[in-house]
Amino acid sequence: MVWVRKDLLGLEELSREEIELILSTAESFKEVSTRDIKKVPALRGKTVVNLFYEPSTRTRVSFEVAAKRLSADVINIATETSSVKKGETLIDTGKNIQALKADIIVMRHNYSGAAVMLAKHLEISVVNAGDGWHEHPTQALLDIFTLKEKLGKIAGAHVSIVGDIAHSRVARSNVWGLTKLGAKVTVCAPQILIPLAIQDLGVKVTSDIGEALADADAVNVLRMQFERDSSEAFPQQIEYFKNFGLTRERLEKAKKNIIIMHPGPINRGIEMSSEIADGPQSVILEQVTNGIAVRMAALFLVAQAREKLGVGSTKR
Amino acid sequence: MKILIKNGLVIDPANQVKETLDILIEKGKISKVGKNIKAGADKIINASGKIVIPGLVDMHTHLRQPGREDKETIATATAAALKGGVTSLLAMPNTHPAIDNIQAIELLKSLIKQNALADVLICGAITRGRLGKEIGDIPVLKKAGALAISDDGASVDDEKLFGQALKIAKAQNLLTICHCEDKSLSNHGVVNLGIISTKLGLKGISNESEYKRVERDLRLAEKTGAAVHIAHVSCKETVEIIRQAKKRGIAVTCETAPHYFMFNHDCLADYDTNKKMNPPLRSPQDQQAIRQGLKDGTIDAIASDHAPHTENEKDIEFDRAEFGVVGLETELAAGITGLVENKVLGLTELVEKLSLNPARILGIPKGTLSPGAAADLAIVDPSEEWVVRKDGLVSKSKNSGFLGQRLKGVVKYTLYNGKIAFPAQIN
Repeated sequence: MVWVRKDLLGLEELSREEIELILSTAESFKEVSTRDIKKVPALRGKTVVNLFYEPSTRTRVSFEVAAKRLSADVINIATETSSVKKGETLIDTGKNIQALKADIIVMRHNYSGAAVMLAKHLEISVVNAGDGWHEHPTQALLDIFTLKEKLGKIAGAHVSIVGDIAHSRVARSNVWGLTKLGAKVTVCAPQILIPLAIQDLGVKVTSDIGEALADADAVNVLRMQFERDSSEAFPQQIEYFKNFGLTRERLEKAKKNIIIMHPGPINRGIEMSSEIADGPQSVILEQVTNGIAVRMAALFLVAQAREKLGVGSTKR
Repeated sequence: MKILIKNGLVIDPANQVKETLDILIEKGKISKVGKNIKAGADKIINASGKIVIPGLVDMHTHLRQPGREDKETIATATAAALKGGVTSLLAMPNTHPAIDNIQAIELLKSLIKQNALADVLICGAITRGRLGKEIGDIPVLKKAGALAISDDGASVDDEKLFGQALKIAKAQNLLTICHCEDKSLSNHGVVNLGIISTKLGLKGISNESEYKRVERDLRLAEKTGAAVHIAHVSCKETVEIIRQAKKRGIAVTCETAPHYFMFNHDCLADYDTNKKMNPPLRSPQDQQAIRQGLKDGTIDAIASDHAPHTENEKDIEFDRAEFGVVGLETELAAGITGLVENKVLGLTELVEKLSLNPARILGIPKGTLSPGAAADLAIVDPSEEWVVRKDGLVSKSKNSGFLGQRLKGVVKYTLYNGKIAFPAQIN
């Protein structure tokens, strides 16, 4: 299996083999972060630009650490969307970065499809660090990487995703990735936060947290963004915790070794109680560590593909 | 100037003609249709192997002038129309200013007189500024030449107000064209609600937001007896509602646009903003229902909903991109490729929907090759293929949903008022 895409835009377009290649590449990079000198020369002389149109600390820092451990030079651009509306278009911004002879743009954008559009217009690589409600491929890959470490394999595992499925790029990328690798996936949310026809993607749908936990090997709890879009119906925080929050009582009825994941940042007392977040089944901080290895793999593979394809190729 | 068109397959549904014939044109009018016409013509066009059809009547276009001449002008839109075989087009009133009063319509008429290369017909606004708050000068617009009224781009949400407008339209014997959308239901959506909105992570527009408003408008049409025409039908429920309304004898006609029978929402997988329109591309089942509605006659007409937008308004994030596509230059070829080739319609039925039926709905003496009629016609090679490319488009805007696509059917000549209007250099 050889990686030939210049971009990493989402898991929907990847084959099972491509996903496995990223995971195995990440495995080999994980060791780098345990060394005294946490650096390999894989991307020496390459420039990675983090272009963030949405506030993000953890994803941006994770990508920055990953790029630096590969010896790349990293530039961070944080832009408020409002100023973009008045000024330069996304394509122009991208072309300017390309003209600076950067090699990879890591982009976070509040609009779904923004990374797809940018990649279409550029010769340099684009790594999607989250676009609207669409995809957040490296988050799903690090979730899957962590699961694989814990369970040994993904095929046959039962993973439940709980939270605001409708507005979650993490949920979508996880659904694509997990189903391609043969996992059994259940999504669980209040009815108003379940997007239409999601069952057509091969997942089970429920609004009963007990059902979602019943025979799950792992539960991935999404962040509830109560601060978002007030024009739509949204559950109250207390109501949400009462009906969907992860508590000791609920987990007592689940499998004994159920793995608890969360992409962070956690709303303690809303998505899960503190004792669960800090408890022995939680792998939340391991996810953060694994995120670096997965992002190193992603940056490395797209850079390598571009070299193989030759600059100017637009294959993705 | 006498023009003789020799040996074309003449397709004239108004006279139930589909036969290899000659057509003689004199003084801007069709003077004779028959076999082996001998006449001392100034120009003879050999149409052997081609079809000769009445010029298309496109009853749903946005010419953008006055106000948005950066997108399109009457001159560029009518040039594009002629290239597509369209000789009559109805201009929607959502210009700046909107065509809602005597000054605006007089301004538009003078612009048409100065610039139009084809027959530009006028649709007036229903409400002042198309804001849905207050009824505009409908009788004045009618008197000044408007053939229909519409707030296209918006529906008149206020039921009482719309009912009043229909009463006025009925008294004026004026057609009302309904853009059926309940914006409280479509709620800032950008693609069809369903698997595609879920996959792409975009806000969805439900079928309900369209057909609920169709139901309301037909109820009011039945109550008032006014003639209504439902614009850009996109979903299966709307087709069925109109099918039943026609059975009940309500004075309703409707149109669809080529994108609704050519595409479905699966075409949006890569966030192509040239597939972003309102109403949105629907599911494959809806696309099938549109084809069925065309076949069984529920859908009377095909209109382009020609909606030019600049690249600055399209080459941006999907959510922010404008709705709509250009279509004057591709509608005939789309009809041949998507409907005739797939045996949904015969050529005669296609010509009916692109020319005769819209002419009848608008009450104009077009869409026919009867002797005495204005010589508006197109000579078309129905089997020649072409690929739609930006640089080949005459329209000022290049936002075609067909870019890169192969279509069948090339317009060789378009005659308008008995003159060869396309290709332009001939005259």
